[in-house]
Amino acid sequence: MSFITRGFSGRSHDRDPRLPPGQTEVSDWPVLSAGPTPRVDTEEWEFSIRTENGAHTWTWDQFMALKIDDVSTDIHCVTHWSKLGTSWRGVSIDTLFEGIETSHDFVMAHSYGGYTTNVPLDELLNGQAWIAFEFDGEPLEAEHGGPARLIVPHLYFWKSAKWVRGLVTMPNDDPGFWEQSGYHIHGDPWKEERYW
Amino acid sequence: MSGPADTAWRVGSVSRISKETPSAARIVLDVDGWPGNDAGQHLDIRLTAPDGYTATRSYSIASAGPGMVVDLAVDKLPDGEVSPFLVDDVMAGDKLEVHGPLGGWFVWRPDAASSPVQLIGGGSGVVPLIAMLRSHHDTADATPFRLLYSLRTPEDTFFPEVLKDADVDYVYTRRAPDGWPTPAGRLTKDVLAASVFAAAEKPRVFLCGSTGFVETVAAWLVELGHDPRMIRTERFGGT
Ligand SMILES: Cc1cc2nc3c(=O)[nH]c(=O)nc-3n(C[C@H](O)[C@H](O)[C@H](O)COP(=O)(O)OP(=O)(O)OC[C@H]3O[C@@H](n4cnc5c(N)ncnc54)[C@H](O)[C@@H]3O)c2cc1C
Repeated sequence: MSFITRGFSGRSHDRDPRLPPGQTEVSDWPVLSAGPTPRVDTEEWEFSIRTENGAHTWTWDQFMALKIDDVSTDIHCVTHWSKLGTSWRGVSIDTLFEGIETSHDFVMAHSYGGYTTNVPLDELLNGQAWIAFEFDGEPLEAEHGGPARLIVPHLYFWKSAKWVRGLVTMPNDDPGFWEQSGYHIHGDPWKEERYW
Repeated sequence: MSGPADTAWRVGSVSRISKETPSAARIVLDVDGWPGNDAGQHLDIRLTAPDGYTATRSYSIASAGPGMVVDLAVDKLPDGEVSPFLVDDVMAGDKLEVHGPLGGWFVWRPDAASSPVQLIGGGSGVVPLIAMLRSHHDTADATPFRLLYSLRTPEDTFFPEVLKDADVDYVYTRRAPDGWPTPAGRLTKDVLAASVFAAAEKPRVFLCGSTGFVETVAAWLVELGHDPRMIRTERFGGT
Protein backbone atom coordinates (compact mmCIF):
# COMPACT_ATOMS: atom_id res chain seq x y z
CA MET A 1 0.00 0.00 0.00
CA SER A 2 1.75 3.08 -1.20
CA PHE A 3 -1.06 5.62 -1.11
CA ILE A 4 -0.07 8.94 0.48
CA THR A 5 -2.53 11.76 1.11
CA ARG A 6 -0.99 14.97 -0.19
CA GLY A 7 -0.17 17.39 2.61
CA PHE A 8 -1.22 15.14 5.49
CA SER A 9 1.21 14.64 8.33
CA GLY A 10 -1.12 13.74 11.20
CA ARG A 11 -0.91 14.41 14.87
CA SER A 12 1.07 11.74 16.64
CA HIS A 13 3.17 9.16 14.92
CA ASP A 14 4.12 7.22 18.01
CA ARG A 15 1.40 4.69 17.64
CA ASP A 16 0.67 2.90 20.85
CA PRO A 17 1.20 -0.80 20.05
CA ARG A 18 -2.04 -1.54 21.89
CA LEU A 19 -3.97 0.25 19.11
CA PRO A 20 -5.32 -2.05 16.38
CA PRO A 21 -5.04 -0.83 12.78
CA GLY A 22 -7.26 2.11 11.84
CA GLN A 23 -7.98 3.07 15.45
CA THR A 24 -7.34 6.39 17.23
CA GLU A 25 -7.03 6.70 21.00
CA VAL A 26 -9.63 8.92 22.69
CA SER A 27 -9.87 10.20 26.22
CA ASP A 28 -13.62 10.86 26.13
CA TRP A 29 -16.12 8.14 25.36
CA PRO A 30 -18.09 8.35 22.11
CA VAL A 31 -21.40 6.51 21.84
CA LEU A 32 -22.62 4.21 19.09
CA SER A 33 -26.33 3.43 19.45
CA ALA A 34 -29.06 2.86 16.90
CA GLY A 35 -31.85 4.56 18.84
CA PRO A 36 -32.80 6.24 22.10
CA THR A 37 -31.08 5.08 25.28
CA PRO A 38 -33.34 2.68 27.22
CA ARG A 39 -33.61 3.44 30.95
CA VAL A 40 -33.84 0.26 33.00
CA ASP A 41 -34.34 0.34 36.75
CA THR A 42 -32.30 -2.19 38.72
CA GLU A 43 -35.52 -3.06 40.58
CA GLU A 44 -36.96 -4.40 37.34
CA TRP A 45 -33.72 -5.62 35.81
CA GLU A 46 -33.34 -9.32 35.18
CA PHE A 47 -30.69 -11.29 33.41
CA SER A 48 -31.16 -14.75 31.99
CA ILE A 49 -29.31 -17.44 30.10
CA ARG A 50 -31.40 -19.71 27.92
CA THR A 51 -30.17 -22.93 26.32
CA GLU A 52 -31.90 -25.89 24.68
CA ASN A 53 -32.08 -27.32 28.23
CA GLY A 54 -33.88 -24.47 29.96
CA ALA A 55 -33.40 -21.01 31.41
CA HIS A 56 -31.63 -19.48 34.41
CA THR A 57 -32.62 -16.04 35.63
CA TRP A 58 -31.02 -13.65 38.11
CA THR A 59 -32.47 -10.54 39.69
CA TRP A 60 -30.18 -7.58 40.36
CA ASP A 61 -29.65 -8.60 43.99
CA GLN A 62 -28.93 -12.20 43.06
CA PHE A 63 -26.51 -10.99 40.44
CA MET A 64 -24.65 -8.77 42.92
CA ALA A 65 -24.18 -11.79 45.18
CA LEU A 66 -22.16 -13.61 42.49
CA LYS A 67 -18.37 -13.55 42.29
CA ILE A 68 -17.37 -10.14 40.93
CA ASP A 69 -14.21 -9.58 38.90
CA ASP A 70 -12.14 -6.43 38.40
CA VAL A 71 -11.31 -6.13 34.72
CA SER A 72 -8.74 -3.84 33.15
CA THR A 73 -8.84 -3.83 29.38
CA ASP A 74 -8.63 -1.86 26.13
CA ILE A 75 -11.83 -1.30 24.13
CA HIS A 76 -12.13 -0.72 20.40
CA CYS A 77 -15.15 0.75 18.62
CA VAL A 78 -15.82 0.09 14.94
CA THR A 79 -16.11 3.86 14.41
CA HIS A 80 -12.30 4.07 14.78
CA TRP A 81 -11.82 5.07 18.41
CA SER A 82 -10.17 3.05 21.17
CA LYS A 83 -9.89 3.60 24.91
CA LEU A 84 -6.89 2.03 26.52
CA GLY A 85 -6.68 0.69 30.07
CA THR A 86 -10.34 1.01 31.02
CA SER A 87 -11.45 -0.53 34.30
CA TRP A 88 -14.66 -2.38 34.90
CA ARG A 89 -16.34 -4.59 37.48
CA GLY A 90 -18.67 -7.39 36.56
CA VAL A 91 -19.51 -11.06 36.61
CA SER A 92 -17.63 -13.27 34.21
CA ILE A 93 -19.56 -15.37 31.73
CA ASP A 94 -17.65 -18.38 33.11
CA THR A 95 -19.28 -17.79 36.49
CA LEU A 96 -22.71 -17.48 34.92
CA PHE A 97 -22.31 -20.64 32.86
CA GLU A 98 -21.23 -22.76 35.87
CA GLY A 99 -23.56 -25.74 35.91
CA ILE A 100 -25.15 -24.83 32.57
CA GLU A 101 -24.89 -27.40 29.80
CA THR A 102 -25.36 -26.73 26.13
CA SER A 103 -24.36 -28.36 22.89
CA HIS A 104 -24.76 -25.04 21.06
CA ASP A 105 -21.65 -23.21 19.83
CA PHE A 106 -23.10 -19.71 19.45
CA VAL A 107 -24.86 -17.12 21.55
CA MET A 108 -27.23 -14.29 20.77
CA ALA A 109 -27.02 -11.46 23.30
CA HIS A 110 -30.37 -9.69 23.78
CA SER A 111 -30.78 -6.18 25.13
CA TYR A 112 -33.48 -4.05 26.66
CA GLY A 113 -34.64 -1.96 23.71
CA GLY A 114 -34.60 -4.96 21.40
CA TYR A 115 -31.04 -5.05 20.08
CA THR A 116 -29.20 -8.28 19.52
CA THR A 117 -25.65 -9.31 18.65
CA ASN A 118 -24.15 -12.73 17.97
CA VAL A 119 -20.92 -14.12 19.49
CA PRO A 120 -19.38 -17.62 19.43
CA LEU A 121 -19.74 -19.19 22.89
CA ASP A 122 -16.05 -20.08 23.12
CA GLU A 123 -15.23 -16.38 22.73
CA LEU A 124 -17.30 -15.56 25.81
CA LEU A 125 -15.74 -18.20 28.08
CA ASN A 126 -12.27 -18.57 29.63
CA GLY A 127 -12.00 -15.08 31.03
CA GLN A 128 -12.88 -13.30 27.79
CA ALA A 129 -16.23 -11.69 28.65
CA TRP A 130 -18.24 -10.24 31.52
CA ILE A 131 -21.57 -8.71 32.38
CA ALA A 132 -20.27 -5.39 33.70
CA PHE A 133 -22.13 -2.89 35.85
CA GLU A 134 -19.33 -0.56 36.98
CA PHE A 135 -16.95 1.60 34.97
CA ASP A 136 -14.07 3.51 36.54
CA GLY A 137 -15.49 2.91 40.00
CA GLU A 138 -18.94 4.32 39.18
CA PRO A 139 -22.21 2.63 38.25
CA LEU A 140 -22.31 2.25 34.48
CA GLU A 141 -24.30 5.13 32.93
CA ALA A 142 -27.34 4.32 30.81
CA GLU A 143 -25.79 6.07 27.81
CA HIS A 144 -22.94 3.55 27.96
CA GLY A 145 -25.18 0.54 28.50
CA GLY A 146 -26.08 0.63 32.19
CA PRO A 147 -27.30 -0.78 34.41
CA ALA A 148 -25.33 -3.66 32.89
CA ARG A 149 -23.71 -4.47 29.58
CA LEU A 150 -21.86 -7.38 28.13
CA ILE A 151 -18.17 -6.70 27.58
CA VAL A 152 -16.21 -8.78 25.10
CA PRO A 153 -13.13 -6.57 24.83
CA HIS A 154 -11.28 -8.59 22.22
CA LEU A 155 -14.04 -7.89 19.67
CA TYR A 156 -15.27 -4.52 18.34
CA PHE A 157 -17.36 -2.90 21.00
CA TRP A 158 -20.76 -3.24 19.31
CA LYS A 159 -20.48 -6.92 20.33
CA SER A 160 -20.42 -5.71 23.94
CA ALA A 161 -24.20 -5.43 24.04
CA LYS A 162 -25.44 -2.44 26.02
CA TRP A 163 -28.47 -2.84 28.36
CA VAL A 164 -28.02 -6.59 28.15
CA ARG A 165 -30.90 -8.70 29.43
CA GLY A 166 -29.91 -12.18 28.41
CA LEU A 167 -27.90 -14.68 26.42
CA VAL A 168 -29.61 -17.30 24.28
CA THR A 169 -27.49 -20.14 22.94
CA MET A 170 -28.01 -21.25 19.36
CA PRO A 171 -26.65 -23.95 17.06
CA ASN A 172 -25.73 -21.59 14.20
CA ASP A 173 -23.98 -18.23 14.01
CA ASP A 174 -27.10 -16.23 13.15
CA PRO A 175 -26.46 -12.50 12.64
CA GLY A 176 -27.81 -10.09 15.25
CA PHE A 177 -29.22 -6.60 14.77
CA TRP A 178 -25.90 -4.87 14.11
CA GLU A 179 -24.62 -7.65 11.90
CA GLN A 180 -27.77 -7.46 9.76
CA SER A 181 -27.20 -3.71 9.45
CA GLY A 182 -23.81 -4.06 7.84
CA TYR A 183 -21.39 -4.92 10.62
CA HIS A 184 -19.14 -7.96 10.38
CA ILE A 185 -20.38 -11.30 11.69
CA HIS A 186 -17.29 -11.73 13.92
CA GLY A 187 -15.66 -8.32 14.53
CA ASP A 188 -11.98 -8.85 15.37
CA PRO A 189 -10.34 -5.38 15.57
CA TRP A 190 -6.87 -6.77 14.85
CA LYS A 191 -8.13 -8.12 11.53
CA GLU A 192 -10.26 -4.99 10.94
CA GLU A 193 -13.41 -7.08 10.64
CA ARG A 194 -15.58 -3.97 10.59
CA TYR A 195 -18.14 -4.49 7.86
CA TRP A 196 -19.26 -7.32 5.63
CA MET B 1 -27.24 -0.18 -3.86
CA SER B 2 -27.54 -1.43 -0.33
CA GLY B 3 -25.62 -4.65 -0.81
CA PRO B 4 -22.56 -5.61 1.16
CA ALA B 5 -19.82 -3.03 1.20
CA ASP B 6 -16.76 -4.63 -0.27
CA THR B 7 -13.71 -4.36 1.88
CA ALA B 8 -11.51 -2.50 -0.56
CA TRP B 9 -10.44 1.09 -0.21
CA ARG B 10 -11.17 3.15 -3.31
CA VAL B 11 -9.46 6.31 -4.39
CA GLY B 12 -11.77 9.29 -4.72
CA SER B 13 -10.74 12.36 -6.56
CA VAL B 14 -11.82 15.76 -5.24
CA SER B 15 -13.64 17.39 -8.13
CA ARG B 16 -14.74 20.40 -6.11
CA ILE B 17 -14.19 21.80 -2.61
CA SER B 18 -15.88 24.96 -1.45
CA LYS B 19 -16.68 26.81 1.73
CA GLU B 20 -20.04 25.67 2.97
CA THR B 21 -20.12 27.80 6.14
CA PRO B 22 -17.49 29.80 8.04
CA SER B 23 -16.28 26.54 9.61
CA ALA B 24 -17.23 23.84 7.11
CA ALA B 25 -16.36 22.71 3.60
CA ARG B 26 -18.35 20.90 0.98
CA ILE B 27 -16.32 18.23 -0.76
CA VAL B 28 -17.44 16.59 -3.98
CA LEU B 29 -15.65 13.32 -4.74
CA ASP B 30 -15.57 11.29 -7.92
CA VAL B 31 -15.07 7.72 -6.76
CA ASP B 32 -14.26 5.26 -9.48
CA GLY B 33 -16.30 2.12 -8.94
CA TRP B 34 -18.56 3.66 -6.28
CA PRO B 35 -21.65 1.41 -6.26
CA GLY B 36 -24.09 4.21 -5.36
CA ASN B 37 -25.55 4.58 -1.89
CA ASP B 38 -28.77 4.83 0.06
CA ALA B 39 -29.75 8.09 1.72
CA GLY B 40 -28.28 8.23 5.24
CA GLN B 41 -25.24 6.01 4.70
CA HIS B 42 -21.69 7.10 5.46
CA LEU B 43 -18.18 6.34 4.30
CA ASP B 44 -14.79 6.16 5.96
CA ILE B 45 -11.96 8.44 4.86
CA ARG B 46 -8.41 7.32 5.52
CA LEU B 47 -5.54 9.81 5.43
CA THR B 48 -2.00 8.48 5.10
CA ALA B 49 1.16 10.42 5.98
CA PRO B 50 4.44 9.85 4.11
CA ASP B 51 5.73 7.62 6.94
CA GLY B 52 2.68 5.38 6.70
CA TYR B 53 0.81 6.83 9.68
CA THR B 54 -2.95 6.79 9.05
CA ALA B 55 -6.01 8.45 10.52
CA THR B 56 -9.52 7.26 9.65
CA ARG B 57 -12.85 8.99 10.30
CA SER B 58 -16.46 8.47 9.22
CA TYR B 59 -18.40 11.04 7.18
CA SER B 60 -22.04 10.92 6.20
CA ILE B 61 -22.92 11.22 2.55
CA ALA B 62 -25.14 14.14 1.55
CA SER B 63 -26.05 12.57 -1.79
CA ALA B 64 -27.97 9.39 -2.61
CA GLY B 65 -28.73 7.10 -5.50
CA PRO B 66 -26.66 5.48 -8.21
CA GLY B 67 -23.62 7.19 -9.65
CA MET B 68 -20.01 7.74 -8.70
CA VAL B 69 -20.25 11.31 -7.39
CA VAL B 70 -20.37 11.63 -3.63
CA ASP B 71 -21.12 14.87 -1.74
CA LEU B 72 -19.72 15.41 1.74
CA ALA B 73 -19.83 18.32 4.15
CA VAL B 74 -17.24 18.46 6.89
CA ASP B 75 -17.32 20.78 9.88
CA LYS B 76 -13.98 21.75 11.36
CA LEU B 77 -13.34 20.91 15.00
CA PRO B 78 -10.54 23.36 15.82
CA ASP B 79 -8.54 20.81 17.82
CA GLY B 80 -9.28 17.92 15.54
CA GLU B 81 -6.79 15.85 13.62
CA VAL B 82 -8.72 15.10 10.44
CA SER B 83 -11.45 17.71 9.99
CA PRO B 84 -9.10 20.77 9.89
CA PHE B 85 -7.06 18.99 7.23
CA LEU B 86 -10.14 18.22 5.12
CA VAL B 87 -11.58 21.73 5.49
CA ASP B 88 -8.40 23.82 5.16
CA ASP B 89 -5.81 21.81 3.24
CA VAL B 90 -7.60 19.67 0.68
CA MET B 91 -7.72 21.12 -2.85
CA ALA B 92 -9.54 20.19 -6.03
CA GLY B 93 -7.63 17.42 -7.78
CA ASP B 94 -6.45 15.80 -4.54
CA LYS B 95 -7.03 12.11 -4.02
CA LEU B 96 -8.63 10.69 -0.88
CA GLU B 97 -9.00 7.05 0.10
CA VAL B 98 -12.58 6.10 0.95
CA HIS B 99 -14.40 2.96 1.97
CA GLY B 100 -18.12 2.40 1.73
CA PRO B 101 -20.98 2.92 1.53
CA LEU B 102 -21.46 1.91 5.17
CA GLY B 103 -24.36 1.57 7.56
CA GLY B 104 -27.60 -0.24 6.88
CA TRP B 105 -29.80 1.09 9.66
CA PHE B 106 -29.75 4.88 9.53
CA VAL B 107 -31.12 4.86 5.97
CA TRP B 108 -34.27 5.99 4.28
CA ARG B 109 -35.45 4.46 1.03
CA PRO B 110 -38.28 5.90 -1.06
CA ASP B 111 -41.34 3.89 -0.11
CA ALA B 112 -44.36 6.21 -0.10
CA ALA B 113 -45.30 4.83 3.29
CA SER B 114 -48.27 6.42 4.96
CA SER B 115 -46.43 7.26 8.16
CA PRO B 116 -44.60 10.58 7.96
CA VAL B 117 -40.87 11.05 8.34
CA GLN B 118 -39.44 13.49 10.86
CA LEU B 119 -35.82 14.47 10.38
CA ILE B 120 -33.96 16.14 13.25
CA GLY B 121 -30.41 17.38 12.79
CA GLY B 122 -27.99 19.29 14.97
CA GLY B 123 -25.12 21.11 13.23
CA SER B 124 -23.29 18.87 10.76
CA GLY B 125 -25.74 16.14 11.79
CA VAL B 126 -27.96 17.47 9.04
CA VAL B 127 -25.70 15.90 6.38
CA PRO B 128 -27.32 12.43 6.11
CA LEU B 129 -30.74 14.09 6.39
CA ILE B 130 -29.88 16.20 3.34
CA ALA B 131 -29.41 12.95 1.42
CA MET B 132 -32.86 11.84 2.58
CA LEU B 133 -34.44 15.15 1.53
CA ARG B 134 -32.77 14.93 -1.87
CA SER B 135 -33.82 11.33 -2.36
CA HIS B 136 -37.38 12.19 -1.30
CA HIS B 137 -37.45 15.10 -3.73
CA ASP B 138 -35.74 13.36 -6.64
CA THR B 139 -38.02 10.34 -6.53
CA ALA B 140 -41.15 12.48 -5.99
CA ASP B 141 -41.91 10.24 -3.03
CA ALA B 142 -45.25 11.09 -1.42
CA THR B 143 -44.25 10.46 2.22
CA PRO B 144 -44.76 13.61 4.31
CA PHE B 145 -41.33 14.89 5.36
CA ARG B 146 -40.36 17.49 7.92
CA LEU B 147 -36.97 18.64 9.17
CA LEU B 148 -36.07 20.26 12.47
CA TYR B 149 -32.61 21.80 12.12
CA SER B 150 -30.68 23.13 15.12
CA LEU B 151 -27.74 25.32 14.11
CA ARG B 152 -25.65 28.11 15.57
CA THR B 153 -26.32 31.03 13.22
CA PRO B 154 -27.89 31.58 9.78
CA GLU B 155 -24.40 31.49 8.23
CA ASP B 156 -23.98 27.92 9.51
CA THR B 157 -26.69 26.55 7.21
CA PHE B 158 -25.55 23.50 5.24
CA PHE B 159 -26.99 22.85 1.76
CA PRO B 160 -29.34 25.86 1.66
CA GLU B 161 -30.29 25.00 -1.93
CA VAL B 162 -31.73 21.67 -0.77
CA LEU B 163 -33.43 23.13 2.30
CA LYS B 164 -35.25 25.88 0.43
CA ASP B 165 -37.60 23.32 -1.14
CA ALA B 166 -38.21 21.46 2.10
CA ASP B 167 -40.47 21.87 5.11
CA VAL B 168 -37.88 23.04 7.66
CA ASP B 169 -38.12 24.43 11.21
CA TYR B 170 -34.91 26.17 12.20
CA VAL B 171 -33.67 26.56 15.77
CA TYR B 172 -30.78 29.04 16.01
CA THR B 173 -28.74 28.46 19.11
CA ARG B 174 -26.33 31.45 19.03
CA ARG B 175 -27.78 34.10 16.72
CA ALA B 176 -31.06 34.19 14.80
CA PRO B 177 -31.67 36.12 11.56
CA ASP B 178 -32.91 39.70 11.91
CA GLY B 179 -36.61 39.81 12.64
CA TRP B 180 -36.76 36.14 13.69
CA PRO B 181 -39.79 35.65 15.97
CA THR B 182 -37.89 33.98 18.79
CA PRO B 183 -34.53 34.80 20.38
CA ALA B 184 -31.58 32.50 19.75
CA GLY B 185 -31.26 29.66 22.23
CA ARG B 186 -30.88 25.95 22.61
CA LEU B 187 -33.59 23.60 21.53
CA THR B 188 -36.02 22.92 24.36
CA LYS B 189 -38.49 20.12 24.86
CA ASP B 190 -41.38 22.53 24.23
CA VAL B 191 -39.95 23.79 20.96
CA LEU B 192 -39.25 20.20 19.96
CA ALA B 193 -42.86 19.22 20.72
CA ALA B 194 -44.15 22.17 18.69
CA SER B 195 -41.89 21.54 15.68
CA VAL B 196 -42.16 17.82 14.95
CA PHE B 197 -44.90 15.46 13.80
CA ALA B 198 -46.86 14.47 16.92
CA ALA B 199 -46.35 11.01 18.39
CA ALA B 200 -49.98 10.22 17.47
CA GLU B 201 -49.07 10.48 13.78
CA LYS B 202 -46.52 7.71 14.33
CA PRO B 203 -43.68 9.36 12.45
CA ARG B 204 -40.46 7.55 11.71
CA VAL B 205 -37.71 9.72 13.18
CA PHE B 206 -34.15 10.11 11.94
CA LEU B 207 -32.09 11.99 14.52
CA CYS B 208 -28.45 12.92 13.97
CA GLY B 209 -25.85 15.18 15.53
CA SER B 210 -23.32 15.26 18.33
CA THR B 211 -23.74 12.57 20.97
CA GLY B 212 -25.09 15.04 23.54
CA PHE B 213 -27.65 16.47 21.12
CA VAL B 214 -28.88 13.04 20.10
CA GLU B 215 -29.08 11.75 23.67
CA THR B 216 -31.06 14.77 24.83
CA VAL B 217 -33.48 14.91 21.93
CA ALA B 218 -34.05 11.14 21.83
CA ALA B 219 -34.93 11.13 25.53
CA TRP B 220 -37.39 14.02 24.99
CA LEU B 221 -39.02 12.25 22.06
CA VAL B 222 -39.60 9.17 24.20
CA GLU B 223 -41.03 11.37 26.97
CA LEU B 224 -43.33 12.97 24.37
CA GLY B 225 -44.75 9.54 23.59
CA HIS B 226 -42.76 8.54 20.50
CA ASP B 227 -42.15 4.81 20.21
CA PRO B 228 -38.40 4.22 20.75
CA ARG B 229 -38.49 1.66 17.95
CA MET B 230 -39.50 4.39 15.50
CA ILE B 231 -36.47 6.54 16.34
CA ARG B 232 -33.24 5.90 14.46
CA THR B 233 -30.15 7.75 15.59
CA GLU B 234 -26.67 8.54 14.35
CA ARG B 235 -24.21 9.99 16.88
CA PHE B 236 -21.26 11.89 15.43
CA GLY B 237 -19.20 12.13 18.62
CA GLY B 238 -18.34 14.85 21.10
CA THR B 239 -20.44 15.46 24.15
C1 LIG C 1 -21.29 7.76 11.26
C2 LIG C 1 -20.63 9.10 11.40
C3 LIG C 1 -20.85 10.08 10.44
C4 LIG C 1 -20.23 11.34 10.55
N1 LIG C 1 -20.51 12.29 9.60
C5 LIG C 1 -19.95 13.51 9.70
C6 LIG C 1 -20.25 14.53 8.72
O1 LIG C 1 -21.01 14.32 7.77
N2 LIG C 1 -19.67 15.76 8.87
C7 LIG C 1 -18.81 16.03 9.91
O2 LIG C 1 -18.29 17.17 9.96
N3 LIG C 1 -18.51 15.08 10.85
C8 LIG C 1 -19.04 13.83 10.75
N4 LIG C 1 -18.74 12.87 11.69
C9 LIG C 1 -17.71 13.16 12.70
C10 LIG C 1 -16.33 12.80 12.13
O3 LIG C 1 -16.23 11.40 11.97
C11 LIG C 1 -15.17 13.20 13.04
O4 LIG C 1 -15.41 12.70 14.33
C12 LIG C 1 -15.00 14.69 13.13
O5 LIG C 1 -14.72 15.23 11.83
C13 LIG C 1 -13.84 15.03 14.08
O6 LIG C 1 -12.65 14.42 13.62
P1 LIG C 1 -11.25 15.11 13.92
O7 LIG C 1 -10.19 14.15 13.53
O8 LIG C 1 -11.20 16.48 13.33
O9 LIG C 1 -11.28 15.30 15.49
P2 LIG C 1 -10.54 14.36 16.56
O10 LIG C 1 -9.10 14.64 16.53
O11 LIG C 1 -11.00 12.96 16.35
O12 LIG C 1 -11.25 14.85 17.87
C14 LIG C 1 -11.04 16.10 18.47
C15 LIG C 1 -11.92 16.24 19.70
O13 LIG C 1 -13.28 16.57 19.32
C16 LIG C 1 -14.22 15.62 19.86
N5 LIG C 1 -15.27 15.40 18.87
C17 LIG C 1 -15.32 14.42 17.92
N6 LIG C 1 -16.44 14.55 17.18
C18 LIG C 1 -17.11 15.63 17.66
C19 LIG C 1 -18.34 16.26 17.32
N7 LIG C 1 -19.12 15.81 16.32
N8 LIG C 1 -18.71 17.35 18.03
C20 LIG C 1 -17.95 17.83 19.04
N9 LIG C 1 -16.79 17.25 19.42
C21 LIG C 1 -16.37 16.18 18.75
C22 LIG C 1 -13.41 14.39 20.08
O14 LIG C 1 -14.01 13.57 21.05
C23 LIG C 1 -12.05 14.95 20.51
O15 LIG C 1 -12.07 15.27 21.87
C24 LIG C 1 -19.36 11.62 11.62
C25 LIG C 1 -19.14 10.63 12.59
C26 LIG C 1 -19.75 9.38 12.49
C27 LIG C 1 -19.50 8.35 13.56
